[in-house]
Amino acid sequence: MANVSDRPDAGIPPAEVPDLPLPHPHTWWGRYVFSQDAKYIAIQYSGTAIAIGLVGLVLSWLMRLQLGFPGIFDFITPEAYYQFITMHGMIMVIYLLTAIFLGGFGNYLIPLMVGARDMVFPFVNMLSYWIYLLAVLVLVASFFVPGGPTGAGWTLYPPQAILSGTPGGQGAGIILMLVSLILFIIGFTMGGLNYVVTVLQARTRGMTLMRMPLTVWGIFTATVMALLAFPALFVACVMMLFDRLLGTSFFMPALVELGETLSYGGGSPIVFQHLFWFFGHPEVYIVALPAFGIVSDLISVHARKNIFGYRMMVWAIVIIGALSFIVWAHHMYVSGMHPYFGFFFATTTLIIAVPTAIKVYNWVLTLWKGDIHLTLPMLFAIAFIVTFANGGLTGLFLGNVVVDVPLSDTMFVVAHFHMVMGVAPILVIFGAIYHWYPKMTGRMLNEAMGQIHFWVTFIGAYAIFFPMHYVGLVGVPRRYPEIDASFITTPVAGLNAFISVAALVVGAAQVLFLFNLLWSLRAGRAAGPNPWRACSLEWQTPDTPPVHGNWGKDLPVVYRWAYDYSVPGAPEDFIAQNDPGPRIEKDVPL
Amino acid sequence: MSIVLVFLLVVALIAGWWLSRQGLTSKPWLETGEIRTTAGVGAAPAAKIGLGVFLAVVGGLFALFGSAVTMRMDYADWYQLRLPSVVWINTAILVLSSAVLQIAVSAARRGESALLLASVAAGGLSTLAFLVGQLLAWRWLVDSGQSLAAHPGASFFYVITGLHGLHILGGLVALARTGGRLRRGNDPRRARLGVELCAIYWHFLLIVWLGMLALLLGWASDLVALCRELL
Repeated sequence: MANVSDRPDAGIPPAEVPDLPLPHPHTWWGRYVFSQDAKYIAIQYSGTAIAIGLVGLVLSWLMRLQLGFPGIFDFITPEAYYQFITMHGMIMVIYLLTAIFLGGFGNYLIPLMVGARDMVFPFVNMLSYWIYLLAVLVLVASFFVPGGPTGAGWTLYPPQAILSGTPGGQGAGIILMLVSLILFIIGFTMGGLNYVVTVLQARTRGMTLMRMPLTVWGIFTATVMALLAFPALFVACVMMLFDRLLGTSFFMPALVELGETLSYGGGSPIVFQHLFWFFGHPEVYIVALPAFGIVSDLISVHARKNIFGYRMMVWAIVIIGALSFIVWAHHMYVSGMHPYFGFFFATTTLIIAVPTAIKVYNWVLTLWKGDIHLTLPMLFAIAFIVTFANGGLTGLFLGNVVVDVPLSDTMFVVAHFHMVMGVAPILVIFGAIYHWYPKMTGRMLNEAMGQIHFWVTFIGAYAIFFPMHYVGLVGVPRRYPEIDASFITTPVAGLNAFISVAALVVGAAQVLFLFNLLWSLRAGRAAGPNPWRACSLEWQTPDTPPVHGNWGKDLPVVYRWAYDYSVPGAPEDFIAQNDPGPRIEKDVPL
Repeated sequence: MSIVLVFLLVVALIAGWWLSRQGLTSKPWLETGEIRTTAGVGAAPAAKIGLGVFLAVVGGLFALFGSAVTMRMDYADWYQLRLPSVVWINTAILVLSSAVLQIAVSAARRGESALLLASVAAGGLSTLAFLVGQLLAWRWLVDSGQSLAAHPGASFFYVITGLHGLHILGGLVALARTGGRLRRGNDPRRARLGVELCAIYWHFLLIVWLGMLALLLGWASDLVALCRELL
């Protein structure tokens, strides 16, 4: 039976949560540059992440040019190709996706969605961004040092990563890469502490954990995971830096290089792989969980329907977060391991598909009989569901040892992880930007440009990655800088060229998106405070864009969850979270 | 990776226990209206919760080093690290500074400001002595032919003590700021909280140090071997 409390008193005391001291900037620099306001930090994070992401995009173009049209571009030497691969992977996974989901959306949305004035440690939050920027600059610097950036592959496996045969291995490239990662982790830890403690301690009155929007749940859980997983990368980077600079042999076995015996001996590359993937696999979910959360909210808002199975969605997020720490070795099937270990990790990998599938079903069931508005955020959200299901299914192939072994190191793997953790989260980022841009700027993004951006990106991404599965299945290896017609059949070479052209087109569409972001700042249609008629708190701020301190004099009080759409008997088709609302008997059978 | 997995299990148990008290089985779609519960983890100040989360991160970091040590131990070139006796003096000093900071916490609770200031100063000085002692231990190791790249046990010792020392240095900065606040006396509540947080941090780093020492001296290997047998 329904459990509905009486309409609360009219005179509600201000929130019980003590207001945190807010630093008030007095100078232009303090307000816009060294800002301690999470909203500005969010924009700084996102801007930096998108800027470095563009570098990653251009690198992928260069790679595709080489793969699609081998032998034509002289400047893409094998060394340069490896450098492109490495930097593309590292930039996209860490400096773009992780930074924009947690540093960007986390900073913007957490305080607004939980009804806080700001993050709990604003100064540390500011430091987090500046250390992130430093990490990005160090990374970029590696393009300009003699020998160029590292070409070790984004997994940086030793021993090759620090040997002279690998680009940047004996130069400064690998050192700058490792230093940049260490800086990133330090910076992220500072931000991550903020996100977690803000969710724990700064929720406004009435905002129980189970009333939080799923976006906050996703970002919160991902941050907890990142705080526990990134130290593994930190440890690996520190130890490799010692191996490279100070001659220790943590990871380096005895080696003969160009006829010369190196001073290393006894170390184990496998130890590095364990450490790397202990970070690397949770990283997939560090990117995916915020996407899961955001997409749940987008679907609910734009289908005017409450999210199906909210409780199960929360539990699934937490369970996925926990399970993702015991699947790492499925990335190491071909490194050689005890068959029982392989069996264990294959089993945990397949088990993690269960809560993930629950989420996919719940999204589809939220859409079922919804009042679906095919707005841009909704288009991206639906595109995400399809893409994620596709990428997830090929994950089932690769999660099994016997199937993985022949497919490992082919383009099939590249297609799989690009679908599931490249394209899918990026689609959510676009959807989220189209959704929240009106709150951030007060203006809508241009619809026509958005439609072109969506369709080119969506269809284009499939034009790139669907054929790539096939290319992998016929045995084309990944990481080969030159695959010409003497090595593969003509149809496969044709497919490779087709993929490359599609990649160029999709990349070009992103330029249109960036133009839209800038153009709509001035010329966009005025959005008003709540253009999507959404329930969650960030749309209920007294000012749009929200000003410093977010909430004016009093913090909001929360009376309901974030998904009261199309409630029968309500005057509008949504009831805001801070709306005590008319008393409505929700006499629904459980 | 067993050490870090055990560590994560502990973190997961704590998180699970906390989550189990957060009404995760409630039905928010039915429960409309005001809920008069205070948000957050009890009434603890944000800084304390922040420290707790940070300690989980630091704990994970050193647990991962622990795992790396145990994995590396299995290779043929591992041999036992020899440590100078100054390490034991250092350990005693760190225990002492941890205890002194605990005295500071109780002095702060009782409002004995003279004892509080004295014990914070003593805690800071003894911790500095610990760091100097660690440097002496490095010196001894180099002199005894166990330089950084000499053998993996020594390499781990330098890296782990170095990072542990950096964490202690960070703690000393916080302690110095708290000391300054105590001397100025204009924000006694915040200063008291600072002392408490420093004490927690010191106890934690003491435990980390003892764990790492046990691991590097091979004492933990027997335990690890036992765990392996059980697994």
